[in-house]
Amino acid sequence: MWGSMFRWLDPYAKPETLYHLCGRLLPYLMGLAVFTLVLGNIWGLAFSPADYQQGDSYRIIYIHVPSAIWSMGAYSSMAIAAFIGLVWQIRVAQWAVLAIAPIGAVYTAIALITGAAWGKPMWGTWWVWDARLTSELVLLFLYLGVIALAGAFSEAARGIKVASLLAIVGVVNLPIIHFSVEWWNTLHQGATITKFAKPSIDPSMLWPLLVSLLGFALLLAALTCLRLRSQILMFEQHRPWVRQLVESKNGEQN
Amino acid sequence: MAFTSWADFWAMGGYALFVWLSFGSTYGLLLGLWWYSKRQHNNIQQQIRAKAAREQRVRQHQEREK
Repeated sequence: MWGSMFRWLDPYAKPETLYHLCGRLLPYLMGLAVFTLVLGNIWGLAFSPADYQQGDSYRIIYIHVPSAIWSMGAYSSMAIAAFIGLVWQIRVAQWAVLAIAPIGAVYTAIALITGAAWGKPMWGTWWVWDARLTSELVLLFLYLGVIALAGAFSEAARGIKVASLLAIVGVVNLPIIHFSVEWWNTLHQGATITKFAKPSIDPSMLWPLLVSLLGFALLLAALTCLRLRSQILMFEQHRPWVRQLVESKNGEQN
Repeated sequence: MAFTSWADFWAMGGYALFVWLSFGSTYGLLLGLWWYSKRQHNNIQQQIRAKAAREQRVRQHQEREK
């Protein structure tokens, strides 16, 4: 059953096909990402109303929430890729782990920095060791651990395997981050939009937030395409198709 | 429009430091990552090209030796 269900994916496991697919998608994804990010953020920064309690400081939400949600989304994708790479030995999935990890690390760092800059005026402190903040910091260390492990072995294939294992084990941290605000007493507020109920936010603030969310998602996809292409070239550099590709583009940077 | 003037906008109701620190570091990090990934991609292509050119030179040299 599984074999026939995923047969249509087979051609994309071929590095050359995937390289060209990513190359075709990249300009569209990047263009849409920049457009939606600019639209969502300017809408949120200048046009949506100020919060009745937090004033204009709440506008940090338009980068804090998208980066935090997609820091976890990126981790899930990375872990799924790691699982596929380990179990079925699909090499492009193994390379995807290396492509996604730095993007996830940057998103996590953004969530932490913007959270600190929001916490200072609202809670009176840049940082507290509470459940939500600490588990998000653990997420950053998981990403950095995956990156470090992947590069720590003289044999690249072994490094990727060990890093993939860490990525899969680290998945336990995702529900901890999400439910931390319910399980423990924390300074951090509960879920506003990621819950099975009507979002507790006014539409005039929700719409720019949703557009910004889409922008961060598209940027994640675009950067993954860009970085996966590099990984494919690096690991396939001895194949004739890479040699032909690179030589046919002599002088041209692409 | 939630602000009446540009000065009003930049002041962010007194939260300028926190809001602009957030947006500044976010776009700084994202642009940095994009630039780094782009450079990495170009570097890899250059390395492959250099390696191919070197192999070509070695081959030519060996043929001349014969």
